Amino acid sequence: MGEIKEPGLVEIEDGVKMIPGANAILGPLNKLVNWGRAGSIWPVTFGLACCAIEMMDTGASTNDLDRFGIIFRASPRQADCMIVAGTLTKKMAPILRRVYDQMPEPRYVLAMGSCACSGGVFNSYAVTQGVDTIVPVDVYVPGCPPRPAALMQGLIKLQEKILQEQYRWSLWR
Amino acid sequence: MTRPMTKTINVPVADGEGDRYTVKMGPQHPATHGVLRVDLELDGETILKCTPHVGYLHRGFDKIAEHRTYAQSLILSDRLDYIAAMANNVGYCVAVEKLLGVSVPLRAKYLRTMVCEMSRIASHLLWLATHALDIGAMTVFLYCFREREVLLELFEELCGARLTFSYPRIGGVRQDVTRHFIDKLQRFINEFPGNLEEYETLIDTNRIWLKRTVGIGVLSGQEALDLGLTGACLRGSGIDYDIRKHRPYDAYDLVDFEVPLGADGDIYARYRCRMEEFTQSNRILQQCIDQLPPGPIIGEDAPDLVMSLQGSRKVEVDSSRYGTGLVRLLEESGEYPAGDIYVSTEVPKGELGFYFISDGSGKPYRMHIRSPSFIHIGALPALVEGDLIADLIANIGTLDVVLGECDR
Repeated sequence: MGEIKEPGLVEIEDGVKMIPGANAILGPLNKLVNWGRAGSIWPVTFGLACCAIEMMDTGASTNDLDRFGIIFRASPRQADCMIVAGTLTKKMAPILRRVYDQMPEPRYVLAMGSCACSGGVFNSYAVTQGVDTIVPVDVYVPGCPPRPAALMQGLIKLQEKILQEQYRWSLWR
Repeated sequence: MTRPMTKTINVPVADGEGDRYTVKMGPQHPATHGVLRVDLELDGETILKCTPHVGYLHRGFDKIAEHRTYAQSLILSDRLDYIAAMANNVGYCVAVEKLLGVSVPLRAKYLRTMVCEMSRIASHLLWLATHALDIGAMTVFLYCFREREVLLELFEELCGARLTFSYPRIGGVRQDVTRHFIDKLQRFINEFPGNLEEYETLIDTNRIWLKRTVGIGVLSGQEALDLGLTGACLRGSGIDYDIRKHRPYDAYDLVDFEVPLGADGDIYARYRCRMEEFTQSNRILQQCIDQLPPGPIIGEDAPDLVMSLQGSRKVEVDSSRYGTGLVRLLEESGEYPAGDIYVSTEVPKGELGFYFISDGSGKPYRMHIRSPSFIHIGALPALVEGDLIADLIANIGTLDVVLGECDR
């Protein structure tokens, strides 16, 4: 019988350790939960205008959002993130707020396109000048419309933001 | 199917027969192609009454255009029908050229025809993708977006934008094509018929597809005319009406193509019509490449311009710094003809018309857009009343509506 060695802990990330061969990870719950959340952002499909086409394009065959763990969900009840893709008019604004309120926490908002960020070219009586007047926005992706690569960049920024969170949504539920 | 924003209310019924419901479908619904809201009165699964509500994407195009010169309003036409922005750009430019009496060089005409047909293919690809996805065929969606991406890359090479192009100018186009672009387009043209076969293998004789489309949403030719339908929705009912043939603009009278017609007027007939249009558009593209004449790409009498914020800034056309035709702006000189004009063009959705009232000031006194989607949505009750609720999704898909164009 050989001598039983202490299993060496391998640090895979700052504060997160793995026991080799034991299929176990040690670390603060904070980090593990954030890791889980960042790896499976499910956005609610909220296509409003032109940007929705680029959003579909990002999810389709060439750019394939699935590899980020991002799968579009048609119901706000099962979504983590809302991609506001396109012009938000004043008639649509209450509905946007309602969809946002229907999402469970933690929830994030990504404003895609110039119209969602600031109103864009439509400085008119019918258009809200930025979606941040209606809901809090986490990431702004400018462009008219942004390329799929820009949207992916925005989503990666959102992942980075989620990974840095500490006790944002109360203690672990 | 998930129904995020639907709300079910029991309505007391006087006759006591069956359960009647009022269901509000949309505006946040994945199958309504944007922000369309449809109020449905149901008896079980049968639609008794259907009321479409539009206006959730009303951005005030008409009013914004009144404050801008004709050249500045071009960017608004991009955002009308954002799936086929190039066709809308061309429609706007053709209308303004007719109002101002500007002539277009032949090369520019061919280039415009070419980009219009590329736009038509891109738009129909998106229509096929979403229509099939709504009915339940996921693979078609992925296939169509693969080809659409090739077209968007071509557009990007041509003008730097993937979706909102502003490529045509009043009196011509902005930039000339390169050899690389033509080669790439030729490759696409050669490969596209094979791709079409791929889509047809998936759904053309698929039993589920046939059950969901054949005999559903039937409109006779007279009904379609009465409802004001244009484009493939009208041609699916057997009426031969295509502005490209009947009132040709750009180079459409110089190329040879057929207008595909359906006979049955149901969803399947309209589907076949659009599939045939793919082939015809491909033919036009090939002819545009073969016949493309040399010459200037913007007319000599194309108007120059004042940028309203920077004062008079006329740019020499032959200036080596800017390149020919790159910067051609429109002047507010008061030499513009007064009067009104209506010019319509055939965009992938149907007949897109621009109606201008000019008071001679260089800005339109009134701009009205006759958008096909708005009129097509008006046909929705005629299509779905009496049918099952599941057919509503197929019917919205077959009308090929874009809410940006509908609500303006």
